[in-house]
Amino acid sequence: MTAFAPGRILKREKSVIPGFGITFGLTVTWLGLIVLIPLAGLFIKTFELSLDEFLAILTSSRVLNALKISFGISFLAAVTNAVLGSIVVWVLVRYDFPGRRIFDAIVDIPFALPTAVAGIALTTLYAENGWIGQFLAPLGIKVSYTPLGIYVALVFIGLPFIVRTVQPVLEDLDGELEEAASSLGAARWQVIFKVIVPAVLPALLTGFALAFARAVGEYGSVIFIAGNLPNVSEILPLLIVIRLEEFRYADATAIAVIMLLISFVLLFAINQLQRWTDTRVGR
Amino acid sequence: MKIDVNAVSKTFGTFRALDNINLNIKSGELISLLGPSGSGKTSLLRIIAGLEWPDSGDIRFDGEDALSLTVKERDVGFVFQHYALFRHLTVADNIAFGLRVRPRKVRKPEFAIRQKVEELLNLVQIASLADRYPSQLSGGQRQRVALARALAIEPRVLLLDEPFGALDAKVRKDLRRWLRGLHNELHVTSILVTHDQEEALEVSDRVVVMGHGKIEQVGTPSDVYDSPASAFVHDFIGESVALPITVENGVARVGERKLSINADGISGAARLFVRPHDIEIAQPGLSAIEGQVLAVRRFGPIHRVDISVPVDGGRTTIEASVPAGQEPKIGETLGLIPERYRVFAA
Repeated sequence: MTAFAPGRILKREKSVIPGFGITFGLTVTWLGLIVLIPLAGLFIKTFELSLDEFLAILTSSRVLNALKISFGISFLAAVTNAVLGSIVVWVLVRYDFPGRRIFDAIVDIPFALPTAVAGIALTTLYAENGWIGQFLAPLGIKVSYTPLGIYVALVFIGLPFIVRTVQPVLEDLDGELEEAASSLGAARWQVIFKVIVPAVLPALLTGFALAFARAVGEYGSVIFIAGNLPNVSEILPLLIVIRLEEFRYADATAIAVIMLLISFVLLFAINQLQRWTDTRVGR
Repeated sequence: MKIDVNAVSKTFGTFRALDNINLNIKSGELISLLGPSGSGKTSLLRIIAGLEWPDSGDIRFDGEDALSLTVKERDVGFVFQHYALFRHLTVADNIAFGLRVRPRKVRKPEFAIRQKVEELLNLVQIASLADRYPSQLSGGQRQRVALARALAIEPRVLLLDEPFGALDAKVRKDLRRWLRGLHNELHVTSILVTHDQEEALEVSDRVVVMGHGKIEQVGTPSDVYDSPASAFVHDFIGESVALPITVENGVARVGERKLSINADGISGAARLFVRPHDIEIAQPGLSAIEGQVLAVRRFGPIHRVDISVPVDGGRTTIEASVPAGQEPKIGETLGLIPERYRVFAA
């Protein structure tokens, strides 16, 4: 993205990699068609609203609560996945056990499964009479039709992002680093937190960002399990759909725009953080 | 620290990496484990370090059982061929690693750690690089950092696994001389694994020549070069010419001709080993070994001469050194007299 030097476009330099013009042109066209024009449409539609109307929509308690629910629970789910996903990666990479390949394949299922199917399955499992829900109910824990249900669904769909980004990095990690650390007197936990975690941190941040972004935009699985009570368990994407069904298109795009901006800022921040860890290790 | 290796064996699958190894390492010496790849030298080093465990035998550090200790408890400084530096830490933090991971009770205060790191940076002559990251250093500099990091914990023994193997020839030569100088200063017992005989012979107090999981010879660099204990050692160390011969009743023959060499204690097929520079060129007829000159190459102050010599069941090509100025002609017949030689049963 940032690889070419300033002036590179203007001045024609001899390069061993040909085709800059054509590939760059295709990239811009493609990005424009697929990403930029639809997003621009979103902003244009929003401009039908006056600033006051826009602010009124944003500061309505229903939207604020939905913002809190969507971003808050997505963040929690991504953090959970960063921890649990790392453990899954560790097991898949470091140990050889029967059925390891099958486990490895199972990790990808949240990628492939239609999210509505996942949502219905999770709802059934965690309902008060479901396989898992029946054990939680006596403890007073309700999952289906509560914010907790949203969390469960978002953890489910986010897992593969962490695993698939961290796995190759951990696989490539030189075993000699751990041996060196042990020979210097580091205890096992010190090896993990002072050597392994810093080495996989950039990949872990990438995975976290992907899982978080995916969770914010998730719709299918959540609406089945959430119960969708306004101000309690209503997520932003659902609120957008509701506004559309009410033919309040500008309202819908206004919510979409603010969601987009927040996501962009957060992802950009994570990206910077990741670049910072990257430069620290001199990549 | 004195290290005793007693009857250590190690098998990987069906491959016998170490076969009943016995070795006594004296306190304060720099000893090399020298051998071709697959000779078991690295396995032995890793077992001494505690990174691997032998199938049988034991290792004693100053008489104390080392196998009951993990690598963390053994107090060894290990230097890897590919440095194994922590890339997310600066040079100074890499060196301080071993001091900072100590339990709080025995950890030095931060200012003492900094001071120690500074001393080590000066010792390995990279003081100006303290705040760099490993990726910003050259190979030679990285290995100095790795060495400083290993020395920081004041190890009882320094173990170096092909430490200069990934460096180019010039840096390798500089670094190994510098390592020798450093050892003279510190006197920490050191074990150097290498497949580079020049390195082993130049740097070490003693050399352990290993082949096929066994120790072939232990001795000073002069010992192993001048009096190799086996055909393997003669062949592996220095340049060798091997001539197949037969010995019957104490009389050695090459092809049909009688050789006037001493072949005591050997009977049947044998091999005569000579260093190229120990072959004297003579007029034909004066020596039992005669051959035609195939090629002459100028190599600094000498000529390397390939000479085809008839032996049992064919001919073999041997290489001799001739001082410049006495250049033989191609096709000429020369007599060859081995001045210093060794005979080993084939």
